[in-house]
Amino acid sequence: MAEAQSQILRTFVAYVEDRPGVLNRISSLFRRRNYNIVSLNVGSTNEPGISRMTFRIAADDDMARRIEANLYKMVNVLSVEDITQKPSVSRDLALIKVNVGPEKRAEVLQLCEVFRARAVDVGPETLIVEITGTQDKIDGLSAILAPFGIAEMVQTGAVAMTRGPQGTAATSLQQPPPSLRDLSVA
Amino acid sequence: MAASVTNIPIGTPSRSEARRLTGSQIIWDTLVNEGVEVVFGYPGGAIMPAYDALPDYPMLRHILVRHEQGAAHMADGFARASGRVGVCVATSGPGATNLVTGIANAMMDSIPMVCVTGQVASSLIGSDAFQEVDITGITLPITKHNFVVSRTEDIMPTIRQAMYIASSGRPGPVLVDITKDAQNGSTDYRFDATPIRLPGYRPDHHSLPQQIERALELIRAAKRPIIFCGHGVIKSNASALLLELVQKTNIPVALTLLGLGGFPASHPRSLGMMGMHGEAWVNTAIQEADLILALGMRFDDRVTGNLKTYAPHAKKIHFELDPAEINKNVKVDLALLGDLRETLRQLVPHVEKPSIDTWVNRIEGLKGDSAVRDIKELPDAGRLFAAHVIHDLWRFTQGNALVVTDVGQHQMWEAQYYKHDHPRKLLTSGGLGTMGFALPAAMGARLAQPQDDIWVVAGDGGFQMTACELATCAQENIKVNVAIINNGYLGMVRQWQQFFYGGRYVATPIKSPDFVKLAEAHGLKGIRVTERRNVQAAVEEARANAETTVIDFRVEQEDSVYPMVPAGADLDAMIRRPLPEGLSHNPIFETGED
Repeated sequence: MAEAQSQILRTFVAYVEDRPGVLNRISSLFRRRNYNIVSLNVGSTNEPGISRMTFRIAADDDMARRIEANLYKMVNVLSVEDITQKPSVSRDLALIKVNVGPEKRAEVLQLCEVFRARAVDVGPETLIVEITGTQDKIDGLSAILAPFGIAEMVQTGAVAMTRGPQGTAATSLQQPPPSLRDLSVA
Repeated sequence: MAASVTNIPIGTPSRSEARRLTGSQIIWDTLVNEGVEVVFGYPGGAIMPAYDALPDYPMLRHILVRHEQGAAHMADGFARASGRVGVCVATSGPGATNLVTGIANAMMDSIPMVCVTGQVASSLIGSDAFQEVDITGITLPITKHNFVVSRTEDIMPTIRQAMYIASSGRPGPVLVDITKDAQNGSTDYRFDATPIRLPGYRPDHHSLPQQIERALELIRAAKRPIIFCGHGVIKSNASALLLELVQKTNIPVALTLLGLGGFPASHPRSLGMMGMHGEAWVNTAIQEADLILALGMRFDDRVTGNLKTYAPHAKKIHFELDPAEINKNVKVDLALLGDLRETLRQLVPHVEKPSIDTWVNRIEGLKGDSAVRDIKELPDAGRLFAAHVIHDLWRFTQGNALVVTDVGQHQMWEAQYYKHDHPRKLLTSGGLGTMGFALPAAMGARLAQPQDDIWVVAGDGGFQMTACELATCAQENIKVNVAIINNGYLGMVRQWQQFFYGGRYVATPIKSPDFVKLAEAHGLKGIRVTERRNVQAAVEEARANAETTVIDFRVEQEDSVYPMVPAGADLDAMIRRPLPEGLSHNPIFETGED
């Protein structure tokens, strides 16, 4: 690139055909183009045969547009949208297994309360906590729980949705992303 | 239902009536219905059912290659020469993996190609069966798209989709992997001629009227504009519109390697090839330009040199079909998306002539006396220079040959000294730089252009990579002429070793077989040329021969391609040709300023 722009963490939403190998194609594209995925989530939608992906990549403006363009070019990708700059809701879900016996259990549960996390399993020496929220919130809770000893942790990666009316990615299946239609930079 | 229609002979493509066909028959029937007339391939276990049905389709010519890489390059050459989809066929496992280089080559140069591979039976997939390989996984990053077909009824729609995807939008190779059980199965078949609709595939982009308007403004205001003619000009058949644009505006045209022929080399505004081995005046003009109209090219690193200092004064308008190419290497000021021919149709009628006489004169000054470029009369001191061979080939073929080059020094000399006036007359491996491309690609071109005078220009190294296809030439009566620029080295690597690695010629001296005898061993003709005065006779004899003729041109061993912009260097920082020892002046000039 002529000038290096600053990279920020971006969130993309894509609708893809629910077929074998589609996830492989997309992850292969990211690998080949040297895009580093921070998180990637794929799951079904209310439409049969259509899956929705949310993924996060650190990218500058031009790279973000090329990510959209490269994804849109793929035969199995129906639509793609960069929602980074749009008002949106983004959620991760994490399960954290804490090493905690009966004596400190109440203390941990109290801390969880502050984060609106909840216990989903209690064992003699462990507790599994479920938390939903932004990455910040999850990081906050795991930092607080760290001194008790985190035995295991698993996280989904973000799922995201724009606020307000139906999002562009959902309404413009088979349409190029808006950024590709207006490329006059000068 | 099927029973009532079995009296229709197999091999009669039918669009109207359903017939009971095997998957194998459907493969060929679909291809025939899609307009395919020739396929390049090699049989093997997992594709045997399909081959068994091939005689049912006598209208389809099959070329038996000697190595599947050759099949892929032949399909590629066929596609480049014709603008149609090239088709190759291979079996599973090693047959499929042998295609890989050819597929990657087609991908890098956006060539429409469909590869049909056999696959082990679907019940065996994943079991590491004999000759099983995950070819769709392997080719995922080097195909535009690929498919696995394990049901007979999916064969026809999938091949149709493959043909459509390969040829539409930005073209590219598509691979269809068909399991043996799908080939063996039967189904009621009726060719479906309705337009393909793929929900996620919309390759049609268009520029907005205000973007065209903006481009017209930029052209009107330009003082030092330059047009880049890329491969897209040829692929979208936009040469005539480009010529009209230049005739209206007088803007000079620089060409990429793959764009050569897209604009006539004999046109006074043609500057020739740009980039690493571009002429000094071309690269200088690019660095001085204030407006670049980049037509169907992707600012490859061999074209730009150092991106930080590239064309620093120029506003850049990128005419491009693929949005993912915009701002990839070079940040542009305006992007006109869409098929180039369509965009030029909108633009050219409204374009106004900018005031650029000073600029045009400046470039003419850089070019100097164009006669120095005409190396034909320059002394060779009894030596055979590759540049002279190529130049003579240009003269003795009246500039009308369809030339297919391999990769290396000879490729650059061809680009510099064979002046192409027409599109699809130079086929060369640009993006991937695949040695071994030339001979098979030329053979594919022969199937597309039976009337053309087709010349392979290859080095002694690259030629040996696919020389086995000489046997295919002999068996299939495919006539091409082969000019081996034989310098006893892997010349371009040797040149880099000379320039950048202290002259240590590691693994570059190469011993070749006697190419004349090699041709003769195949029942073909071979000619050796060691002196310039014999070039013409050899060229004429080769053209007159009915069979493929190989000419072994024994050229200067340690000659280099000049000028040269070292990789990553500023575009106008060139290595120039030094004065050879023992000669009072250069036998070959690259600019008027020498």
